[in-house]
Amino acid sequence: MAATSKATRDQSHARVFDLDVMSLRELNQALHNLTPGSNETAWEVLNPKGNHSVAVGVDQPVTIDVRGSVGYYCGGMNDGATITVHGSAGPGVGENMMSGSIIIKGDASQYAGATGKGGLLVIEGNASSRCGISMKGIDIVVRGNIGHMSAFMAQSGNLVVLGDAGDALGDSIYEARLFVRGKVDSLGADCIAKEMRPEHLELLQGLLDRAGVTGIKPTEFKRYGSARTLYNFNIDNADAY
Amino acid sequence: MTYKNPPTTPRKSATFDDYTLSEIRRAAATGIYDIRGGGAKRKLPHFDDLLFLGASISRYPLEGYRERCDTSVVLGSRHAKKPIELKIPITIAGMSFGSLSGPAKEALGRGATLAGTSTTTGDGGMTEEERGHSKTLVYQYLPSRYGMNPRDLRRADAIEVVVGQGAKPGGGGMLLGQKISDRVAEMRTLPKGIDQRSASRHPDWTGPDDLEIKILELREITDWEKPIYVKVGGARPYYDTALAVKAGADVVVVDGMQGGTAATQEVFIENVGQPTLACIRPAVQALQDLGMHRKVQLIVSGGIRNGADVAKALALGVDAVSIGTAALVALGDNDPRWEAEYNELGTTAGAYDDWHEGRDPAGITTQDPELMKRIDPVAAGRRLANYLKVMTLEAQTIARACGKNSLHNLEPEDLVALTIEAAAMAGVPLAGTNWIPGKNGF
Repeated sequence: MAATSKATRDQSHARVFDLDVMSLRELNQALHNLTPGSNETAWEVLNPKGNHSVAVGVDQPVTIDVRGSVGYYCGGMNDGATITVHGSAGPGVGENMMSGSIIIKGDASQYAGATGKGGLLVIEGNASSRCGISMKGIDIVVRGNIGHMSAFMAQSGNLVVLGDAGDALGDSIYEARLFVRGKVDSLGADCIAKEMRPEHLELLQGLLDRAGVTGIKPTEFKRYGSARTLYNFNIDNADAY
Repeated sequence: MTYKNPPTTPRKSATFDDYTLSEIRRAAATGIYDIRGGGAKRKLPHFDDLLFLGASISRYPLEGYRERCDTSVVLGSRHAKKPIELKIPITIAGMSFGSLSGPAKEALGRGATLAGTSTTTGDGGMTEEERGHSKTLVYQYLPSRYGMNPRDLRRADAIEVVVGQGAKPGGGGMLLGQKISDRVAEMRTLPKGIDQRSASRHPDWTGPDDLEIKILELREITDWEKPIYVKVGGARPYYDTALAVKAGADVVVVDGMQGGTAATQEVFIENVGQPTLACIRPAVQALQDLGMHRKVQLIVSGGIRNGADVAKALALGVDAVSIGTAALVALGDNDPRWEAEYNELGTTAGAYDDWHEGRDPAGITTQDPELMKRIDPVAAGRRLANYLKVMTLEAQTIARACGKNSLHNLEPEDLVALTIEAAAMAGVPLAGTNWIPGKNGF
């Protein structure tokens, strides 16, 4: 296949894909062609230049280093790969991730980790609005701040924010856990501050460790989650919506 | 002798009719809007308001039962490496596991496969019952993304990006606590027993430009193999169709207001969206204006009941129709055999629409293990296949009478309308005239 013959290897034996030379289609097809046990476990993508859908739908435990910034949906539906973006990410990075991890060295745009079912998304800069929207099991760690309406309708998983959160955090939240170290501009409908119990401190320490965060204690965070008052419709709660 | 004034006959208001009065009393007693399943129940201009002309001196017919009349259709030939080929132009619309029982989903798969057509998942993910029994399965990509995962995406035969549906354009799904069983809760990553309200908007894109990027992502994940449908409710069919085409859709699905839902507010169902008949010509016009008619396929749904409806929709320019409510009736929904139980629920066979309550006597719109035993997936699937075959034969009968050797050769010129409204909506002449309201400036 053309994709294989055109790919080159650097000295560390990573397979290098230069998106200035090869197409996005060739890159994703080569990643999808990987089979369990393949020895092509290290990949490097050059010149992403804001391309959309870089390394989407990967289902093997390979590492992919993307050298530059990406457009929409980088690592979408990732299932097992470790993807590092050495730049910033456009909207929907890691959307619907199943497993594996995605690390963004820069900032992330809207909807980071939307509907993610599993795995770990680390954003070393800031994340924009609707971070973790509708999350369903993913763990998200943001070193900077997050924008408004984050964790909207978040169902499960954990969102950790070392900085501040914008307005309407956790609006209509279900069972996801939110940990914010800085200030929260406002909480959304049915989202409340909750007691940080020992099991939460332990959970949070584990998340910080997995994200490679050091020098910050779980006790510096506040926990937020669902008041569960909107779980079954009650007309007397209609003003909350 | 005293004169007695003659009384007038008691007269009920046409505005405040019995149903309206009962709804006011219900609202006053409960303080919550009425929720129900199904589509618009009000009288609307529909396919019944159209007639075929048949053959005459200027057109000659094909021999019924003898001369071939093709019914097959290919969906997704624009971009997909593996388009779908169906034997009949009637597909089964998306209905969720959760709203429907597992055996009902299995029956839909069995019936559709026997008849040579596809079924569609719904707002609850893909079940083994349906994947296992449906040869051609369309996997819906919904705002809630319940159960969405790349493995199911790859084992689907097509992907349908759902923007809206005819019963509630602009509304999200709803599944009340009674139906959130352990299995449904697990598939949706939700606590058991809560009232589940799906999002009305997709979480990671808004507008046609984002949709184009989203479709690119889905194509990349599935290596450009699967046809990608975009489904919209019958709101602005001309622009929605044009924008879906622009965004890269292989197939556009337009669902009129008679199209059913598992549950939403009555006020939404009856007052938002356009009738199916009013949606078809604008959608076809959009495709024609873009030079994409027959290149991007158009599926229309909402109130399709028989082969005449199929033939009329195809004559107006659609490539296939989709059925939901009618398919459920073929499985056994609202069957008079359960009349005593419908009465206990305060309703009658034919009117039962409290599908969200999960107490369906027919075992279809329920998650109750005892009730769902009442539906035999094999027998119900057979009934659905029979029904689909009858619809197809009926449509062929009409097409042959119009001299067409393919259902897709039917054309607007084969039709007239019985009412001015239908003539205007369908863009065909009022019967007995050459007048198409709205054409030529009057």
